[in-house]
Amino acid sequence: MQTQTVKIVITGPFNAGKTEFIRSVSEIDVVSTERKITYAPEKVKETTTVAMDFGRITVDNDLVLFLFGTPGQKRFDFMWEILSEGMLGFIVMVDSARPETFREARSILETFHAYAPTPYLVAANKQDLYDAWDVEDMRLALRLDPSVKILPCEATKKSSVKNVLLELLYSILEEMDRHESDQGQP
Amino acid sequence: MTLKGNLKDFTFTQLLNLINLANKSGALYVERPGFASRVVFQNGKLTFFESGEEKPSLLKILTDHQLITASQHRLLRERLTEQSEREIGIYLVNAGYATLDQVLEVLEKEYANQLRPVFTWDDGFFRFETGEVSPEDRIPVRLDLSNLILEGARELQEIEELKAEIPSLEMALKFTERPGTDIRKINLNSTEWRVISYVNPKNTIEQIAATTKLDEIEIRRVVYTLLQAGLVEIIRPDGMPVALPGQALPVNKPKENRPLIKRLIDRIRSI
Repeated sequence: MQTQTVKIVITGPFNAGKTEFIRSVSEIDVVSTERKITYAPEKVKETTTVAMDFGRITVDNDLVLFLFGTPGQKRFDFMWEILSEGMLGFIVMVDSARPETFREARSILETFHAYAPTPYLVAANKQDLYDAWDVEDMRLALRLDPSVKILPCEATKKSSVKNVLLELLYSILEEMDRHESDQGQP
Repeated sequence: MTLKGNLKDFTFTQLLNLINLANKSGALYVERPGFASRVVFQNGKLTFFESGEEKPSLLKILTDHQLITASQHRLLRERLTEQSEREIGIYLVNAGYATLDQVLEVLEKEYANQLRPVFTWDDGFFRFETGEVSPEDRIPVRLDLSNLILEGARELQEIEELKAEIPSLEMALKFTERPGTDIRKINLNSTEWRVISYVNPKNTIEQIAATTKLDEIEIRRVVYTLLQAGLVEIIRPDGMPVALPGQALPVNKPKENRPLIKRLIDRIRSI
């Protein structure tokens, strides 16, 4: 039997915690394309993703979920469209303690939604930090519609990552319900 | 949870909008070199504003808004030397100089005027301290933020339009080649003349602004006016990227499969 693969994309600005998010739930070591950072303004961490991160969750013999993490820096945005192709939905990771990245997060969200109007949600990462913005303040700052889910997240905690992934899947089901009711199906 | 950041990333108008929508109570501190201000809110309404700059007294504000005359101002100032602003306000209302509504309205206008320059700041730190209230010796107002936000948004829009028209101040200006136009016969104000006198392909707009002591917005306004009048044209440096028209993006809709999603949910729950 041929194995079916589906994917969810994890996107967001540089240093939002995308790689960590995938690492927390992937059953394989994340296949990462991290490189040492040489560009001084981005040296808030030692390495960054330059093409994509790749994690895997096997559901059973014939179904596998792939988690793709996008590179956070704008100069690698040519990868975004490729990664978004055929995705079930996407998660926008935002560093809750770095409001200077909110505008970029909003721009990434709009870009991905334009590439593929699939369900998505926003994960307000690093909520454990002292400087973290309140989730509802972030909703206003990111100009999110009340119907868009924004969830507190700590990408280093498996339970928190699971919760975010589950909420996205619930959103996908809700979207199916809406689609079916629009079509007049039972 | 704190609410802090830089106006580079989050405009003052966006902050007011957030405070308004979330009905926040507390004090917003906005600071940049040479200027610090504190704006106090109660349930999303502005109640008090102060800045590091010397603030006009209540009596001066009421005089400027013609609620009291200059001679009344002099007399009251001599008489009410020890009283706080709140006590002066109560005295004026009780003595029939003005109604409470008039005093509040004038103060609201004054705060709005004093806040106006902050709307166009594109740099400066801010932080919001929840729970802080107006000083007890001042008269708290109840200024609805909706109009302020609209006004701020309009100003920002003007700036955005100016930036779109003049994307970089590193560009230079040159006079348009219009035979027969005598620039001396054109009505320009003194600021425009100052700028005109430095128009030269060798001078960038930024250098002209520095020389004429105009800030980024003021120089853009003047250059925009001169452009509209057809007096000057912008010389774009070589290599400046030209904006490409938006491209239609391909859309992929995944196959919707409810059982598949439910299997994924079960699997993730079990991790």
